[in-house]
Amino acid sequence: MAIAATTVITDPGLFLNAVVAGLFLGGFYTAVALGLSIAFGQLDIVNIAHPAFIIIGSYLVYLLFDSYGLDPVLAGIVLTPLFFAMGIVVYRVYYASFERTGQESLSGLAFFFGLMFIIEVALIMMYGVDPRLVNAPYIGMNWKIGIVDVPLRTAIPFAVSMLMTIGIYFFLSKSFIGRAIRAVSQDRQALQLMGADPVRVKQIAFGLALATASIAGALLIIIGSVEPWMNRGYIGRAFAIVVLGGMGSISGTVIAAFILGIAESFVLTHAPSWTPAVAFGILLVTLAVRPSGILGRQS
Amino acid sequence: MRSAGFWSVVAAALLGGLAFAALTNNAYYFTAAYAILQALIMAIAWNILGGFTGYVNFGSAGFFAVGAYCTVALHKFLPSIGIDPPLFVFVFASAIVCGLIGLAAGYLTLRLKGVYFAIATLALAIVFETLIKNWSYVGGAKGTPILTPDPPQFLWGYIAFSSYVKYLFVVMLLLSLTAIVISRYIVNSKIGRGLAAVRDDELAAECMGVPTLRLKLISATVMGALMGMAGAPYVFMVSFIDPASAFSLEIAVNSIAMPMIGGTAYWYGPVVGALLLGTAQQFISVTISSELNVLLVGVVLVAFVILAPRGLVGLVNDLRAKAKRHG
Repeated sequence: MAIAATTVITDPGLFLNAVVAGLFLGGFYTAVALGLSIAFGQLDIVNIAHPAFIIIGSYLVYLLFDSYGLDPVLAGIVLTPLFFAMGIVVYRVYYASFERTGQESLSGLAFFFGLMFIIEVALIMMYGVDPRLVNAPYIGMNWKIGIVDVPLRTAIPFAVSMLMTIGIYFFLSKSFIGRAIRAVSQDRQALQLMGADPVRVKQIAFGLALATASIAGALLIIIGSVEPWMNRGYIGRAFAIVVLGGMGSISGTVIAAFILGIAESFVLTHAPSWTPAVAFGILLVTLAVRPSGILGRQS
Repeated sequence: MRSAGFWSVVAAALLGGLAFAALTNNAYYFTAAYAILQALIMAIAWNILGGFTGYVNFGSAGFFAVGAYCTVALHKFLPSIGIDPPLFVFVFASAIVCGLIGLAAGYLTLRLKGVYFAIATLALAIVFETLIKNWSYVGGAKGTPILTPDPPQFLWGYIAFSSYVKYLFVVMLLLSLTAIVISRYIVNSKIGRGLAAVRDDELAAECMGVPTLRLKLISATVMGALMGMAGAPYVFMVSFIDPASAFSLEIAVNSIAMPMIGGTAYWYGPVVGALLLGTAQQFISVTISSELNVLLVGVVLVAFVILAPRGLVGLVNDLRAKAKRHG
């Protein structure tokens, strides 16, 4: 072509905006992947239903907003104990049915796949397929810093997600239970010999993983409208981030989420129809080239 | 099942199907039977890698849809250069393409833990869906209509099909029986024993000199080829094909649920599961609703993996063993 169109690469304004939008998106993706990073990366529980739990979070936030006018972020925080309890129940069933008998690889995967399906169809049967929205004063507000657009609709989720991630990072590295969780992921038997019960530790960790899903669900419905089937698009993103980040490393998860967010943001400006393939492309390349991820130990 | 018994059941199923085709003309029965047989082939295909080898494939719908779109592309391309091939050419081509994709996906991920293969297959399905959505030659995201061909005649008109759906039913019956024969051959052969060793303890198998990677690759290739084979006739069954329906997750969940219900360690497990669940689904989507139908698959899948991880066949075997001990 003779006429070079302005592209993200040649136009500095467009470039900067794409990077900022990508960072915000990456911040949100951190919240989506954090729970999976704990469940899959540290506990070895392949919870492909995690994004489906996020959608449950979005719908419950919507209900709290719709009936009591609760702020979506606040609603997400209020719901965390419920999701923590849900996580404990799911882990109890998972442990009793699969982990105890050593069948987690085949039956465990099928279990979460079925669970994802049940959640999705149950949501469709209860609330229909109409998109659901929430409202808050900051949704729709737009700041402009220089030539860069800062829509609060994505900036607030970014900020909330970063706060949550920092909180979980310190919880895992400083608190007693947090260290026990990391210990169970490293050497289960050693933990048992130290007199701690690995099943109880894993149960708390899985509860924590699901608790992040209620916050991620709140952030999802702040960014845009939510429909029951939307979890499918996040399965690949979440797994791509966890694998790229190096399985269970929190800082790796954040870096990988930013990489994916920025990559998607660039693709979105030029070829929106290709965005679904970005996460999976990254995932396939990571699996083929460096399965241990960027911050993972090479095994 | 001993060989003579097996082959007489296969022959009986074939004759029964042909008699059914010769005696009835109600298109609904053939559509319903077609849907069940399609699910049956995919359940068998899934089970070769999932059940015999212990590697879960979430991307069944991806292989199926690539098979279907391979046929769409050939169906458009070959006539434009003056060739009008019969259906089996499409089936064969789709099987080869999907077999190669299975091999490549396996080569990329089967050296890692099984979980990675599961996620990679999910990834492949979405990558292929995006590719096809952006490929305008086969209709892109909007989809493409496919003209149903005239019902074919064989042996100079001695065998003529009164409708195309009837012909497709007979083709699907032949393909199902082929899949069953392949699956039974694999599980009873040296390959099958190797695969079972991989499933039970891969490290131990490797140490005993079992060529684990090669066996897993064979298994992934056969799985892909059978999935692709099931996808090819689908194009002519529906008069309109688009990525959303070809890649739908319902297809994937069915092909996992059916072997799990029947019993994954046996070649007849997926057959039992597909016939039971497939028939129930046809019944429920006609009488109640298609949403409930999907919910049922999820609930049944979860219930079986928790309560009867070895499926119906395993359950019956356990009961028999118990009765023998007591009696």
